Amino acid sequence: MNIFDSFIEGAKEGFATVKFVAPTMIALLVAVGTLRASGALDALAGLIRPLAEKVGFPAEMVPMGLLRPVSGSGATALLTGIYENNGPDSFVGRCASVVAGSTETTFYAVSMYYGAAGITKIRHTLFSALLADFTAIVISVVTVGLLMS
Amino acid sequence: MAYVFGVMITISFIYAVFSGNIEQMSTGIPEAAGSAIELLISISGMLIMWSGFMRIAKDCGLIEKLSKLFSPLLRRLYPDVAVDSDAFRYISMNISANLLGLGNAATPLGIKAMGELKKHSLDDTATDSMVTFVLMNTASMQLIPTTVAALRKSYGSAQPFDVLLCVWITSAAALTAALVSSHLIRRLRWKRSSRSSLPRCVSTDYSSA
Repeated sequence: MNIFDSFIEGAKEGFATVKFVAPTMIALLVAVGTLRASGALDALAGLIRPLAEKVGFPAEMVPMGLLRPVSGSGATALLTGIYENNGPDSFVGRCASVVAGSTETTFYAVSMYYGAAGITKIRHTLFSALLADFTAIVISVVTVGLLMS
Repeated sequence: MAYVFGVMITISFIYAVFSGNIEQMSTGIPEAAGSAIELLISISGMLIMWSGFMRIAKDCGLIEKLSKLFSPLLRRLYPDVAVDSDAFRYISMNISANLLGLGNAATPLGIKAMGELKKHSLDDTATDSMVTFVLMNTASMQLIPTTVAALRKSYGSAQPFDVLLCVWITSAAALTAALVSSHLIRRLRWKRSSRSSLPRCVSTDYSSA
């Protein structure tokens, strides 16, 4: 086995991934940008925010939790927004990083795997998957709060 | 995806019209497109490099070895899949690739695993093993969150990997929530249906695979 050739093969795949996700990412980043610039996301998050703050939950994480299961690139756009406004080493920056690193785009994975196998009745898959996403949002704040500050 | 995109754009326009933010929005859209390209360029270097290293891990048999390591655990999670079946092999390879962050390798392996599981299902209803498998793929199990670290680094983080322990704990908690809730729902439904009529959640025998 030639490790250089292996690296090049993998790097090609990585480059192909970048090329493959670019148009989708631009489309969704524009959609998220539109949603944020119009003020609609703030309005929706504003509805949930008082509730979140009551239990000591950072307000910036509310839109993140809403978007993470639906759109990977959308969540990335929010993540970079948080990095820009609060910094990647801030409390919220770290919480958002943990959520991004410990969850997947649930709707995408569910539709892809079941779609590929021709399964239409998915039983309780979506419920359990979204429960996992909710758990991740809560636990990210708990672990960053306990272990990193 | 089309639905998500459409809903986001439509809500934005309606909200902007009613709240008078239309001007603010029209300057925000091209800015978002520009920053999307900047972002892609800034993360692609690290992404391509990691894909290269992970491919070496795959080619030198690390993924195959990891699959063997996980088989005792996977045997418990997929009691109705025979260990020497193709379905089991693809499942463990998919999980190993996920742990290494090889999304490119994990996805085709996962699709193959679902195809094998489908061969032994009765109709278009998901079997218990399918649900477990998809749940393990919707909960991220990546050991090294490279994309997040690359992003944090490009925004000037002092230590991009300092959240690693929190990521592991959170991932484990999320996966546990998914699998435990799935198990409880299954038992609840089984109890209810065994009282009334035939059991709804038929477990399938994969031993012939």
